Amino acid sequence: MSEVHAHPNYVKVWYWLVILLVISTLGPMLEIPAITLITAFGIAVIKALMVAANFMHLKFEKHIVWFLFIMSLTLLGVFFFGVAPDVMMTEGDQWIDCIADNSCVEQRL
Amino acid sequence: MSTRGPVATHRSSTGIPAGRLAVWWLLASEIFIFGGLIACFVLFKLNGTPGFEDASETSVVAGAFNTFVLLTSSLTVVLAHAAVERGDREKAFTYIWYTFAAGIVFLMVKVYEYSGKILSGHTITENLFWSFYYTMTGLHALHVIGGMVVMALISFDVRKGYNYQRVELIGLYWHFVDLVWIFLFPLFYIANF
Repeated sequence: MSEVHAHPNYVKVWYWLVILLVISTLGPMLEIPAITLITAFGIAVIKALMVAANFMHLKFEKHIVWFLFIMSLTLLGVFFFGVAPDVMMTEGDQWIDCIADNSCVEQRL
Repeated sequence: MSTRGPVATHRSSTGIPAGRLAVWWLLASEIFIFGGLIACFVLFKLNGTPGFEDASETSVVAGAFNTFVLLTSSLTVVLAHAAVERGDREKAFTYIWYTFAAGIVFLMVKVYEYSGKILSGHTITENLFWSFYYTMTGLHALHVIGGMVVMALISFDVRKGYNYQRVELIGLYWHFVDLVWIFLFPLFYIANF
């Protein structure tokens, strides 16, 4: 059983999550990409933090769990920036356009 | 040794019950599974890969509804945890099955979406967007199904008065499934640019 600590008001947290969901769904209707980015992904981060802190009780959790998650996210960042050049910087002699000249498909066959 | 009541012991080095620590480790590994896929999706989208404009083909209403369903299921499973802490077994049992029902609703909407898309010709091999869509939402749906099976098994133990601590453990897992969907929703349904 978990340690004794004051429970957050779960229903109140849920109300806020639903309000944020409505805002993130209505945001794209303005058809402004910057606003969509903020309302979609900014609010997603806020919702995720609210779920983790209140429903998963992360705000009451021991430091080792925070350490575990920060390490995981850090390593994910290493993966992201490690892979990014392969995906984003495809200029130069070492790169061929597989889709245009079908060469990759032929190589695999 | 009695099997009634809490059985997990605290690790002296962490002060966290062994079961809960194991679930946190599991969730940390899940970050790499879903996080890796999300990272690759974002990279290809930023790179302007053809096909990603197909995000406009997904149903925002269905995605938003499923987000609502999962957020609500997160509420019911945490209420089950609160109930079991009070020793209210019946209420905990009921809340667990509310959560299970929400999982069923979520999966029904996914089936409706999948069938509509496949009938429209949007299959997993059409382009990179649909490959990501089916892989990530499919993997997420498998996690939902897995969570529902475990939840159903746990509920009967709780009703009999066994293994109360498992409600918290399955709750942690279920919230993580909810967290993943919170990020899949904007990726596949909202960001159509």
